[in-house]
Amino acid sequence: MKKDVIIKSFKAAFPYTLPIFAGFWFLGLTYGIYMNVSGFSFWYPMLMSLTIFAGSAEFVAVNMLMGAFDPLQALAMTLMINARHLFYGISMLDKYRGTGKFKPYLIFGMCDESFSINCTAEVPEGADKGWFMFFVTLINHFYWFSGSTLGGIFGSLIKFDTEGLEFVMTAMFVVIFLEQWLKEKNHTSSLIGLGISLLCLIAFGSDGFIIPAMLAILAVLTLVRKPLEKDGDAA
Amino acid sequence: MTLTQEIITILMVILGTVTTRFLPFIVFPSGKPVPKYVKYLGKILPAAVFGLLVVYSLKNVDILSGGHGIPELISITVVVLLHLWKRQMLLSIAGGTVCYMLLVQFVF
Repeated sequence: MKKDVIIKSFKAAFPYTLPIFAGFWFLGLTYGIYMNVSGFSFWYPMLMSLTIFAGSAEFVAVNMLMGAFDPLQALAMTLMINARHLFYGISMLDKYRGTGKFKPYLIFGMCDESFSINCTAEVPEGADKGWFMFFVTLINHFYWFSGSTLGGIFGSLIKFDTEGLEFVMTAMFVVIFLEQWLKEKNHTSSLIGLGISLLCLIAFGSDGFIIPAMLAILAVLTLVRKPLEKDGDAA
Repeated sequence: MTLTQEIITILMVILGTVTTRFLPFIVFPSGKPVPKYVKYLGKILPAAVFGLLVVYSLKNVDILSGGHGIPELISITVVVLLHLWKRQMLLSIAGGTVCYMLLVQFVF
């Protein structure tokens, strides 16, 4: 691979990660501080952000570490919290094809944000798809790692007057949803995803709605497969 | 918990996360043909997943107390309008976030 292709891929990937810098530093610092005030040294958020790299699971893991030792429950909880990644994987089967040596890391680092960017971003002319997606994933991973570690080190020293900054993640997902909406001819899937998730949130509450929502989305998308495929422009 | 128990707990969380991320790629390796149904899902799912992620990122909004979800509603409208107007990802995200921060810090 030529050097300028790598540089071009980095330059193309970097701007996409900027909103995630804000979001991950905010969340990562919060996570690190949370571990710090829960009595863990900075080594914990540092190594956990590096090896787990899944925000919500890491927050829950803090509670697991403070509770009674129950490895099976830890595994079951994590599988439930992260079940949505199964959908990301199915969506990326094609996109990650042919990424060679990057593939294991791309899959390992497939958090909500890296998935959303790699799934929607157009790789510009002269850049390489594999390198582009690698940089998106790596830079996001670094933001999360550095934010969590700093939070763990400086912990209670940090004074927050950044109330509301967490909205940067919502804003990013809204933009990505909108981009998809503007690109697609048929809005069935977008509406199903939004509507069913909302209904399940109301019905099951914020802690338990993801799995019912995933199952319901899967069921409805299966039911509408025939008419959608007849349309020809489903996605 | 002892250090060993802590390490085992963390390893379990790693195992759970890695499983959910790798499973589809293990079940449908790139060399073999993917069933038509899964191909259909791969094409159709992203749109629904982005809808799910929008709701997921708003799951802790309490419409019964606090700002009643009004700051969120206003800020999302700002994001959408900015994006339809300029179609600049960073501008839409920054504009909506600044709007939200101003609303929750000074208004609500």
